[in-house]
Order: sequence, then structure tokens, then C-alpha cells
Amino acid sequence: MAASTASFAESGADLELVGITKRFPGFTAIESLDLSIPAGSFFALLGPSGCGKTTTLRLVAGLEEPTAGQILIGGKDVTDTKPFQRPVNTVFQSYALFPHMTILENVAFGLRRRKLPDPVGKAHEALKLVELDHLASRRPAQLSGGQQQRVALARAIVNRPALLLLDEPLGALDLKLRRQMQLELKTIQTEVGLTFLHVTHDQEEAMTMADTVAVMNKGKIEQMGAPEQLYELPRTAFVANFLGQSNLFTGPVVSSTADAITVDVAGVPIVVPRTRAQRHAGEVAIGVRPEKLTLFTEAPAPAAGRNILGPGRVTDVSFSGVSTQYLIEVPGIGELVVFAQNMVFGPVATVGTEAWVSWNADHGFGLDDDPVDIPRSVLSPVGPGDSTESIAIQRRIALEEELEQA
Amino acid sequence: MSGVTPARGLDEAMFDAGPASGSPSRPGRRIRFRGLGLPIYTVLALLFLLIPIAYTFVFSFNDSGKLNIAWQGFTFDKWTSVCSVQGLCESFGNSIIVGLTATVLATALGTLIAIALVRYRFKARSAISLLLFLPMATPEVVLGAGLAAQFLTLGTEKGLLTIILAHTMFCISFVVVTVKARVASLDPALEEAGRDLYGSPSQVFWRITFPLLLPGIAAAALLSFALSFDDFIITNFNSGSVDTFPKFIYIAAARGIPAQVNVIASAVFLLALVLVVVAQVSRAARAKRLAKLLP
Amino acid sequence: MAFTAFSSQAAVEQAPRKRSFIALVLLLPGIAYLLLFFLAPLISLVITSFQAPDLYGDIGDYVTAFRWENYTDAIGEYWPLILRAFGFAVVATVLALVISYPIAYFIGVKARRWPLLQSLMLTLVIAPFFISFLLRTLAWKQIMSDEGPIVQFLKSVAILPSDGHLTGTTFSVIFGLTYNFIPFMTLPLYATLERLDVRYLEAGADLYASPWTTFRKVTIPLSMPGIVSGTLLTFIPAAGDYINASRDFLGSTSTAMVGNAIEANFLVLQNYPAAAALSIVLMAVILVIVGLYVRRAGTEDLI
Repeated sequence: MAASTASFAESGADLELVGITKRFPGFTAIESLDLSIPAGSFFALLGPSGCGKTTTLRLVAGLEEPTAGQILIGGKDVTDTKPFQRPVNTVFQSYALFPHMTILENVAFGLRRRKLPDPVGKAHEALKLVELDHLASRRPAQLSGGQQQRVALARAIVNRPALLLLDEPLGALDLKLRRQMQLELKTIQTEVGLTFLHVTHDQEEAMTMADTVAVMNKGKIEQMGAPEQLYELPRTAFVANFLGQSNLFTGPVVSSTADAITVDVAGVPIVVPRTRAQRHAGEVAIGVRPEKLTLFTEAPAPAAGRNILGPGRVTDVSFSGVSTQYLIEVPGIGELVVFAQNMVFGPVATVGTEAWVSWNADHGFGLDDDPVDIPRSVLSPVGPGDSTESIAIQRRIALEEELEQA
Repeated sequence: MSGVTPARGLDEAMFDAGPASGSPSRPGRRIRFRGLGLPIYTVLALLFLLIPIAYTFVFSFNDSGKLNIAWQGFTFDKWTSVCSVQGLCESFGNSIIVGLTATVLATALGTLIAIALVRYRFKARSAISLLLFLPMATPEVVLGAGLAAQFLTLGTEKGLLTIILAHTMFCISFVVVTVKARVASLDPALEEAGRDLYGSPSQVFWRITFPLLLPGIAAAALLSFALSFDDFIITNFNSGSVDTFPKFIYIAAARGIPAQVNVIASAVFLLALVLVVVAQVSRAARAKRLAKLLP
Repeated sequence: MAFTAFSSQAAVEQAPRKRSFIALVLLLPGIAYLLLFFLAPLISLVITSFQAPDLYGDIGDYVTAFRWENYTDAIGEYWPLILRAFGFAVVATVLALVISYPIAYFIGVKARRWPLLQSLMLTLVIAPFFISFLLRTLAWKQIMSDEGPIVQFLKSVAILPSDGHLTGTTFSVIFGLTYNFIPFMTLPLYATLERLDVRYLEAGADLYASPWTTFRKVTIPLSMPGIVSGTLLTFIPAAGDYINASRDFLGSTSTAMVGNAIEANFLVLQNYPAAAALSIVLMAVILVIVGLYVRRAGTEDLI
């Protein structure tokens, strides 16, 4: 694609959000958010629905106005500019292709509005990039979902925006097409070198595509970093459970050395490396990923650098091809999840079998949350007060506190 | 399907045998009378609805004198001498003028209200909804008498203008209802995409919002014209000495309707019918073409 | 709590203020028009309904007063016409519903597989709209006239006595009202039935409901919005109608409805206060009935 025109961004620009707050009547979507996305990166904003990620995107696009804070694109304050004045384009969740225009006119729309030379030629170039130039004279309704998605992408990147916003653009596609589009998107991003800001609730999508992932929850960024870093070292219970699954425990720190801390989990000492723990004293929450656990049907010999829990009983076995998921009920601790690779034919333990688990102490992580703040439902230890009623009471207390703060 | 190989299990063979062997009690073979009641009823009901239309059409060819009651023989004369009846064509022209003007006014005013109702939040919303609902819930005779009372109090001379004012009033609500449905079904992301792609607010309105609302606006305009063209009750209260086509019929009804009235009514009917049917057939054809293109 | 809620409210409303300005611009012309030509006339009507005859003026001259006897006089004189109007309207509405529902059901549900047929049948339903309301009614008058084939036939099989008529009777007026408002009933019914998901009906059948029970328990409740708007679109104009009941059309002096009284008083007798009082009574009764009906049927968002 020819990017010779001066008004085209030669490469992506960086985006900076400073103290962004957005309130809607009745609730706060985003609370003093700070975010900085370097130029040319593929950045994913990941979170459950209602966490404020789409609002963030709309604020950047200029479709909403922030209640407070500043938005800078390439160092320029754009907070008070209208959407059509910003060097930003969006690939909408519903694609939002204009149904009364041809594919070509859709793609040329932005170029025509900016009165750039040769809009038709540039539109054809962009359609070639997404391999749909042969359908240029059709209407959007005559295209399949995947084709529409690609047109939406072409319509946005043809403008060479400094920043391309993607609002769950793959949500409407089926799994196979989604995988294919993920790869294509990534390739196109590398090719055109724009800054991509991608909003999604699909953790796998975020991890496979993005250089940097920010996990968002309740209008705040919980943790930000490279995908593998987020997965291997989650800092909060929310991240630990939203990004994959985790076994979480709570207990007091009973001893601490220069390298590691030891946590008393229902009488069992569990070692976590000091560098991988956010808190080093008092009541803490720690965890380990299910695939890091090894399952034993006989008590393993204690070894230095390994944590062991057990004995417990296998309560559920579910076979999923490449791996098997076991649920193990350990008295005093609760239910643990173990993912075991299927190295032999089928599961190695059946329901009711006595079992132990162990893991390399280096694989554990310590969370930043105060253990009392962690919802009981995500914690492994199933205590005596864990009836539905007590959960309901806790929820209500938490909700009241939240309302009080608001 | 014909032979069951021994290699296949017995269960499979049993499952296959049922439908394949063509048992005598297959449904659809016997003629079912139960399902025919509804279609027959519908056809009869539609024919019933058409009786007065057919009557009007047939009697437009009646070789009658002043009164068009008994069949006197077939003639084309009435179709060629439409305007020979005094005041008939003038009243028809008035109906067209009133219909067009009221349609333009009501469509413009109603479309703006519909957009505001769907797209914006404001305090007086329920009061405005009530104000829009009430004209539809008020009998025409009350609307007509009310306006006539107002024109009487103000001393306004009744004529073409008062008819247009009255028709615009009762058409607005119907326009709002029709266009509102279209606005509500319009994905707001389309306009956002327009703004995102460097369209200024007026460009977004004229290039995206308006063309997408056009089918709804056109439907509302057609409805307005039909309502205005056929209105008699409100017109009767507010027309003074000016006649519209329905008012001409009403006055003529006392002493007998000339066949030329049937001619005009039949012509309008045929024109409207042809327009609607052509629109429907072309839409069906387009849908079929579209279905073929999609994988 | 209250204070914090208030303060956050103030911060939020900063942004929408600009937008409500646009809303005002969009609403103002149309709403002003309705205030001027709908609401103001209603108020004039109320004022007129209390006017007293001008003692020193001609017939048709009235002065502003508070003559509430206009109401008692009008009701005292015309109560049979008021009752007849609502009685006829109720019967015509029920008949139109019974006749229209199967039509709408067939077009909206059974004919779905043939979209072209569906739209052509719908065109036939609205076809009467394309020809003047008055002419349709006059056509029926001719068809049902004493010399017409129907009366001849009914007399020959002795259903009708030899000196009987069809026109100018209660029957012909209700017939005319029903006929004229069938399209108003069928269209909204069709609109809801067309969107009816037939899987609900299959689920009903699957859960041991007979076709009749499924119809009563599933189809009817799901088509309630259409029934409500159809009955309102029929009942309201039927109650105020004066064409069908007029002497020149299907009625006679013994079938006059309140609409006829309003027309006669306003346009012929120039007794504006009586016409206004009758209009107000008609409108008030309709609003009460509609209000109760809508509340009971539970369809709030009519516009």
C-alpha cells in the first residue's frame, strides 16, 4: 500500500491515557485509569463484560467524552476533539458496514471524507490486502461474516490511522474462522506497522495476538504485561482466575528467608519464592497453576524444593484428549484442580482413588490481594462456613461497601 | 438402503428399515382435509373484503344516467368523461394538494420527533409520548370538532389551509410510530463508524442516517398520504365551502353518485395496487438473488 | 449516601446537556405543532362546551360562560345515541377480531414459507384502503338495497319478511363498521403473529398441550400486543364514526350514534356547545375505557 501522502501516519503513534474517569448516570465505568501504549505495538485490553474495556475504547475513539482525565495520541492532547478529527479508526464489533453502499464505497468512505487523492485506487489496494478485491462491487449483506470482518478491517486500515481500535472484532465468527483471522490480523499488523488496541473478553485471543495484555476489572487495570508473564506470575486472584485456572490457598507466613517464604496452609508448610510473592508477611494468598501439579496415587517422598499436599480423594475425572482434568478433595484444604498430560492411554486415577499432588516450589506465586478481599468462591479451602447462605451474606456486605465508596 | 449386510448390527438394520421400506401408513399420502380449513377461510374472507371494490369497479362502466344504482349496460363513456361532472375533478385536485402538502409537513415534523425519541434522553419524555399517543386515541369526530371550535373562536376562514393544518396534525403521530421503528432498528454503530471515518455531523446524517431511514420515511409518507386522501370526518368539520374527493362523495350520496366517481376511485385503486404489487414482486426477486449469492 | 449520590449525579449531567439541546431542536417544531393544533383545540372544545347562547345575537352566536347544563342537556337528550355508539363499537370490534384473527394467523404464520404469497395476501387485506371509505360503504348500501340480490334471496327463503329491509337497520350499521375496520384489526395482528416463533407452539405440543390448549395458552398470550392495538384501532374510530350510521349510508334515524349527533349539532344546528359537550363526553369515556384496557392488557409502550 502506498503510504506516501503526508496526512497518512507513517507508523503507529503511542497512546497515553492520564487519569481517565468515566461516569454514567448511576455507575462509574472507569476510575482514574492510567495507560500507556507504545507506538507500533499490538496491545490487548482483556476483561469480562462490563469491566470498562469497551468504554475505554470508545473514549479513545472519541465516541464518548471522559468525565475527567486526558487522552494523548502521539503526544498530542485529543481529549476535546471529535471522532472525525482524530487519527484513530475502529473495527466495530458488529462491523457496522454501511448496508446501502458497495464494499468499495465503504472502504473509500473515510478517504473521501478527508478528500485524499485517488480514494478508489487506495480502497482497491486495501481490499487486495485482505484478499477481497474481487467482491468490491457487492453490498455488505451479500458477504459472509468472515468477509464482512475483513472489509471492516480494510475500511479502517486504508486510512492509515495512527491507532487502530478493534472492538471484539472476532466475536461473531466461529472458532475455526476466528483462529484464522487472529493469525491474519497479526500478520497485517506486522506488515503495516500500526499501533493496534484490541479489546476482547477471550483470554486465548488476547494471549495469542498481543505483545502486551492488560487485564481489566471493574474499571481498573489489574495487571499489565507480556502474555506469558501474566500467566506465569499473576499478581491478583482475579488475574489468576480470569487468565486460565488457578489453585489458590490462604494462610499466614510462618517463616521467611532471603529466597523464599513459607505459608502455613491448613497445617501444611508451602514454600513460595520470595521474588514471586507480592506479600511477605501476615495472612497471604498463594497459588499454583493446575498443569504445574503432578498427581500421585501413592504418597511421594518429601523432597527439597517441592510442595506436597495430600492425601485426598479424586472426586471427578474428565478426559479431554490431550489432557485429563482431575478434581481432588483434600481434607482441610478443599478441592484442587490438576491438569495431567495424557502420557499413557487414558486417565491414571479413577474417582475415589486416594491421591497426592506435588509441585516445584519455584512454580508457585504469591498474590497481592488481602486474603479477606478474595471472594471465597475462587479459593480452594472450602471452610465450614461455606454454605450458600454465608456466601450470600458476604456478597451483600461487599456490595454495601462498594455502594458506600461510590 | 435396499439390502442389510450381515456386517451391520441388528439395531442399525432395525432403525433403517422403518422409513426406507415405505410402510403404508406414511403421512402425506392421504389427502388431509383438516389443514385446508384455514386457507379456504382466508381466501373467502379476502374475497369478501374485495366485494365493494369489485362493485365500484364494475359500476364505473355502467351506462347510467344521473343515478348509478341499477345496471344499465356497459360503456367506457364514464372513463372518458370524468371531469364532465361539475366539481368532481376540482375536488379530486384539492384532495391531491391537501394530501401532498400534509404529507410533506407531517413526515418532516414526525421524523424529527422519532429520531429524538429513540436517540436522546430527556425529562418530558412521558408527557411527549402521551401527546403523540392522544391524537391516535381520539375519535376523528372529536379532533374535527375541536379544530373547528378553535377556528371558530379565532375567526379563521375555513378552506384549503385549514384542511391541510388538520390533516398534518393527525398524520404526525402515525409518522412518528412508523419512523421510530426504523430508527430503533438502525445500529448506532453505523453512525459511529461514519464519525470514526472522518464524516462531519452533517455528512454522517445525509450520507448514512438519512439513506438508511429512507424506507421508513417513505412508508410513513405513503401512510400519511393515504390517511389524508381518504379522510372525510375531520375534513367535513374544517373545509368550509371547499370540497375534497371524499366530501364530494358525501354530498353526492344524498342525491345519487355519478359513475364518474367510481371511475376516479377505481383508477386510484388500480394505481395504488400496481405500485404495491410491483414493489413487492421486485423485493421478492431481490431477496431471491441475494439468497443465491450467499454461500 | 444521599449526598454522594447527588454529587455524582451533578458530575454526570455535564455531558448530556449538550445532547438534550439537539433533542429540543428536533422535538420543538413537531411538538409545538401538536400543542397548537391538537391540544389547543381540545381546550377550545372544553371552553365551547360551557358556552351559553348570546341573548342578543343570532343563532350560532355564543358567549363564554360556565353553563354546565350543556352537559346534562346533551346527555339527557342523546344518551341513547351514546350508549348505541359504544354498544355498536364493542360488537363490531369483537366481530372484527373473530374474523381477522384467522386471516392474520394464516398470513403471518402458515404462509411464511411463501413470502411473495404472504405479501400479496397482505396487499389484499389493505386493498380496501385504496378505495374511498365512503364509496366502500355506499357499495354495501347498494348491494344490500331492497332491489339488491341479497335481500331478494333472503326474502325468497323467508329469512327476511316480505316487507323487511337490510339497510337502515342495526344489522347493516354493525356490518358496515365491522367491514370497514377489519383491515385495522388484521394489520396489527399480522405484525405480531408474523414474529411469533413457531418453536413455542412446538414446545407446547411437546409438553402435552392439545392444539386448542396451545392456541389458548401460548399463541393468544404471545399475540396480545397485536390484539390490544388492533382492538384499539377498531374500537376508537368505530365509537366516533357517523358515516355507517348515517341515513345516506347504511343507517337510519333509529340507528344514529353519538357521532351523528355531534355532526348535526355542529354543522347543521350550529349548537356548538352541545356538540362540544358530546365530544368531550365521547372522548372522556374512550380515554377511561382505553386506560383501563391498556392497564389490564399490560401494553404500556404504545408509542
